[in-house]
Amino acid sequence: MSNRELFIAFWTILVKEIRRFTRIWAQTLLPPAITMTLYFIIFGNLIGSRIGQMGGFNYMEFIVPGLIMMSVITNSYGNVVSSFYSTKFQRHIEELLVSPTPNWIILAGYIIGGSVRGLLVGLIVTLLSLFFTDLYIHNFWVIVSVVFLTAILFSLGGFINAVFANSFDHISIIPTFVLTPLTYLGGVFYSITLLPEFWQHVSQINPILYMVNTFRYGILGVSDINIGVAYAMIIGVIVVLFSYSMYLLNTGKGIRQ
Amino acid sequence: MTTALSIKDLRKVYNNGFEALKGISFEVQEGDFFALLGPNGAGKSTTLGIVSSLVNKSSGQVEVFGYNLDTDASKAKCELGVVPQEFNFNMFEKVEDILITQAGYYGIPASEAKKRSEFYLRKLGLWDKRDGPSRSLSGGMKRRLMIARALMHEPRLLILDEPTAGVDIELRRSMWEFLREINAKGTTIILTTHYLEEAESLCRHIGIIDQGTIITNTSMRELLQQLNTETFILDISPAQTECPPLDGYQATLQGDHTLLVDVEKSQGLNQVFAQLSAQGVEVTSMRNKSNRLEELFVSLVDKTLGNHAKGGSDHE
Repeated sequence: MSNRELFIAFWTILVKEIRRFTRIWAQTLLPPAITMTLYFIIFGNLIGSRIGQMGGFNYMEFIVPGLIMMSVITNSYGNVVSSFYSTKFQRHIEELLVSPTPNWIILAGYIIGGSVRGLLVGLIVTLLSLFFTDLYIHNFWVIVSVVFLTAILFSLGGFINAVFANSFDHISIIPTFVLTPLTYLGGVFYSITLLPEFWQHVSQINPILYMVNTFRYGILGVSDINIGVAYAMIIGVIVVLFSYSMYLLNTGKGIRQ
Repeated sequence: MTTALSIKDLRKVYNNGFEALKGISFEVQEGDFFALLGPNGAGKSTTLGIVSSLVNKSSGQVEVFGYNLDTDASKAKCELGVVPQEFNFNMFEKVEDILITQAGYYGIPASEAKKRSEFYLRKLGLWDKRDGPSRSLSGGMKRRLMIARALMHEPRLLILDEPTAGVDIELRRSMWEFLREINAKGTTIILTTHYLEEAESLCRHIGIIDQGTIITNTSMRELLQQLNTETFILDISPAQTECPPLDGYQATLQGDHTLLVDVEKSQGLNQVFAQLSAQGVEVTSMRNKSNRLEELFVSLVDKTLGNHAKGGSDHE
C-alpha cells in the first residue's frame, strides 16, 4: 500500500472508533462527567475544605490534576478494551484481517482512537473543574505531552487485555482489580510524602504515580517524583507494550485460528 | 492462462491436534467459476480461511494471482474478496458505513467509496436500506450486504463460503444471476455450498475435499460424465397394480401412478416411452430422481469414507 493508502486505512479505523464512542455518548462521555463532578463536590468541596493544604495547595487544587488523569486513564483503557473485544466477539475483526491494512496501522488506529476518547473525557473533566477551582498552567508542554503519552500507554494496555479476553467478564477484571486500585493509590487524592517511608518506596512501583505527578507538575509545578525519571518510565513502558501488541497481532493471538 | 489461486501442499493442524488439511494442492484459473465441495468438517472453510488470512496455516504455499500470501500479502489481499459463511459485520453500523469503512481498509478514498457503495447497494437491492443499522436487515439482505462489501475494492478473485445458506429460492436465483454476471465480466469465483444444484448450475470446475484431502478436481462436464446411470421418476396413467415390464431397463413401481426407471448413459428414453405406450400406459410427467451431482458427490465421499475405514482396520 502507498503512504496515502496507509493513511486512508488509518483514518478509516480512527473515524470508525470515534463514531463508535460518540454514538454511545451516554455510556462513554456522560458517566465520567457526572462521576468527576461528584468527586469535585464531595472530595474537593465538602471534605477538602476540612483537609486544608496538600502539597502547598488547597485540596481541590491538588486533586483536580489527579482526577483529570484518572479520567484519561480509565477512558483510554476502557475504549480500546471494549471496542477491540467487541470487534473480536462480533467477528468484524475479519474485515480488517482480510484487507491489506498492515498490523501496525490496525494497532495505531485503535490506540489513537482510544487516546482521543481519553483526551476528550480529560477535556470535559478539565472544563467541569473550572466551576470549582482556578486551573494553573505551570508548564504547558509537560501537560500536553504527559496526558497524550498516558492515553497511549493505557490504550495499549486495553488492547492487550482485549486480545486475551474470551468473555465480557475478562474485559472488566483488569480495570476493576488492577487499574482502579493502582489509580487510587497513585497519588490522585494524596501526596505520597504523607505515607511512612516504606510505603513511599512501595508506591514508587506504581506506574500511575509517575503519570499523575508529572501531570500535576505541569499544572501546579509540584511533584513527589523526578519528572525525567517519569518520562523515561512512561516511554519505556509504551515501547514494551507496543512491541508486545505487535507480536500478538503478527502471531494472530486471539484473532486467528 | 493466468492462475488466480494456487495452493500447494497446504497443511493445517489445529492446537488440539486435529489435522484439518493433509497437504492439499489445487489451482483455479482466472475467469473460472469453481466449486469447492465437501461434507461438513471436510476442510473447505479451513482452506478458504487460510486463503483469506483468517486462519494460520501449518505449512504449504498460497498464491493469489502470483502473489505469495507469505511474502507479498498486501498485493495478494488486494486481489481477493471474501464473503464468509457467518455474518461478520458490525450490527450497529449503518449499511452504507460498513461498505465505505471496508473500502477505507483498502486505501480507497471516501469519495470513490461512496460511488461504489451506491453502485453495489443499488445492484443488490439494498439502496433503500443504506441509512439503517445493519441489524435491521433480513437474513437474505445481510448476505447481499456481505457480497457488496467483498466487492468494494473490486477484487479479481471472489471467495464465497456458502453464500446462499438459508436464503429463499427466489433470492437465491437472483444471487446466482448476479454472480454469473460478475463472473462473465471477468471476476474469478470460488464457491462452497451444500446445495449441489447451485454448484452444478453455476460452476465450470469442481474440487471435492474430504477429510482434509482433495478427492476430485476436474471440470463439471467431466465429472458428470462419470455418472453412468440416472433414475427418472415417471408419473403414469392409468393406475397400475404391477410394474409394467420394460425390456433392457430396471424399473420399479412406486404407488400405483409412479414408475422409477434407471436409464444408463448409453440408453435413450425413447424406448421407455415406446414400450410403455405399446402397453397402453401414458407418461403424464417426468423428472430426475435427484440432482445428478448429488449422486456423484455421495458416491465419491462414500468411497473415501470406505477407504479410510479400511485403512483404520488395517492399522488395528
